Amino acid sequence: MTDRSEMFDRLKGLIEPFNKKGTEVSEATTFAGDLEWDSLTVMDFVAEVEDSFDIIISMNLQAEIETVGQLVDAVTKLTAA
Amino acid sequence: MTDLFSKFDALIAQREGLLATGVKDPFSLVMEEVKSPTVAVVNGKETILLGTYNYMGMTFDDDVIAAGKQALDEFGAGTTGSRVLNGTFQGHKECEDALKEFYGMDHAMVFSTGYQANLGIISTIAGKGDYIILDIDSHASIYDGCKMGDAEIVAFRHNDVEALEKRLKRLPADAGKLVVLEGVYSMLGDVAPLKEMIRVSKEAGAMILVDEAHSMGFIGENGRGVAEEQGVLGDVDFIIGTFSKSVGTVGGFCVSNHPKFEIMRLVCRPYVFTASLPPSVVACSAASIRKLMHNSNKRGHLWENSKNLHQGLRDLGFQLGTPNAQSAIIAVIMPDLEKGAAMWAALLENGLYVNLARPPATPAGMTLLRCSLCAEHSSAQVADILDRFERAGKAVGII
Repeated sequence: MTDRSEMFDRLKGLIEPFNKKGTEVSEATTFAGDLEWDSLTVMDFVAEVEDSFDIIISMNLQAEIETVGQLVDAVTKLTAA
Repeated sequence: MTDLFSKFDALIAQREGLLATGVKDPFSLVMEEVKSPTVAVVNGKETILLGTYNYMGMTFDDDVIAAGKQALDEFGAGTTGSRVLNGTFQGHKECEDALKEFYGMDHAMVFSTGYQANLGIISTIAGKGDYIILDIDSHASIYDGCKMGDAEIVAFRHNDVEALEKRLKRLPADAGKLVVLEGVYSMLGDVAPLKEMIRVSKEAGAMILVDEAHSMGFIGENGRGVAEEQGVLGDVDFIIGTFSKSVGTVGGFCVSNHPKFEIMRLVCRPYVFTASLPPSVVACSAASIRKLMHNSNKRGHLWENSKNLHQGLRDLGFQLGTPNAQSAIIAVIMPDLEKGAAMWAALLENGLYVNLARPPATPAGMTLLRCSLCAEHSSAQVADILDRFERAGKAVGII
């Protein structure tokens, strides 16, 4: 599934500037637990992703996304629509 | 058994850690006596109040108190009922009439608190399939209104017109949209660029709700708020406000020109399923709102107070939330919670009460000492306040 790994790489690239602790990023990485992002960082990151893909990630949807893999799924779905 | 309270352990530990440093608990202060809108007795000591949102000092206004006393005598202590059953008295109608006149709008609906006004209106008008677009720094009552309803919630960066516009353009053209803004944001006391925000919102076909809780009575030519000041009140679909700030009582309201607005009284659950305000409160509120219509001298003095405090604190070397005085709220930024709590306590020792504000109520994880000025603060009191800030700031080592 090259599409999926491409999406993962793109999102990983967007995560890096916010990955202050240099945490290893995989699909299982959690935003709150592993990356230790606070709500402010989450907001800035979400805005980056939204602008990069020209999509909206509603707060309802954000509440369901805990891992990088779930974000890959969500953005894939939103960009396919 | 899982203790359901274990989720609060981190907060309990933080609180205990703070109190262990010897600081008085900033969140359990008691006003033993209240002498005026600007002076109370706290811990047996006469204290200047600089954190009450009592902007226009109406709490002790003679006419306001007289109206309340008369209503208490004539209508009793409480209504014991919902607005839609037995809880609408003459005073509630008079209060809504005063609001309609104050804002020059067709409809007014009075809620039991400002919190419930946001909770009720937002959760009711935006339903499944609709979108609510809100500023990330919105008040808790706005977020809770979103959470209670079924709409999709989209947040944009604080006061960022471009971020708002981009998001609006990405939403389905035919979906129902409600943009939720505030005139003054209560944490830093900064004003929203409502004119530009309302323009891009209207272009996207959205309806607009503006919470003017912290501007009523002194911003805009008639004290109608920031939307009036920026000349866009006519483009706002719903204004939300409160009685617990400039009006000086308690309660909340929504005013609107929407032709179908009255149906809200039947469908808005936080309006229907709670008891209405006591007769004395609506009588005080109506009297206060009518007086606020003609108060330009007091407004002028409030602005003078706000500008003087802002300038004075800046001259002393404090870091402030806004580059200039934009409202009657002046936020002093503290380096961290410990220093903030120590400064708060030192101010109280010096006979000055301000609000200690901390995350999650504050933006960007800041600890703030939030000062709200009153039109009844004398110029001498403002000078006194600055003097106390200087003493406390030096004692704690912030300046």
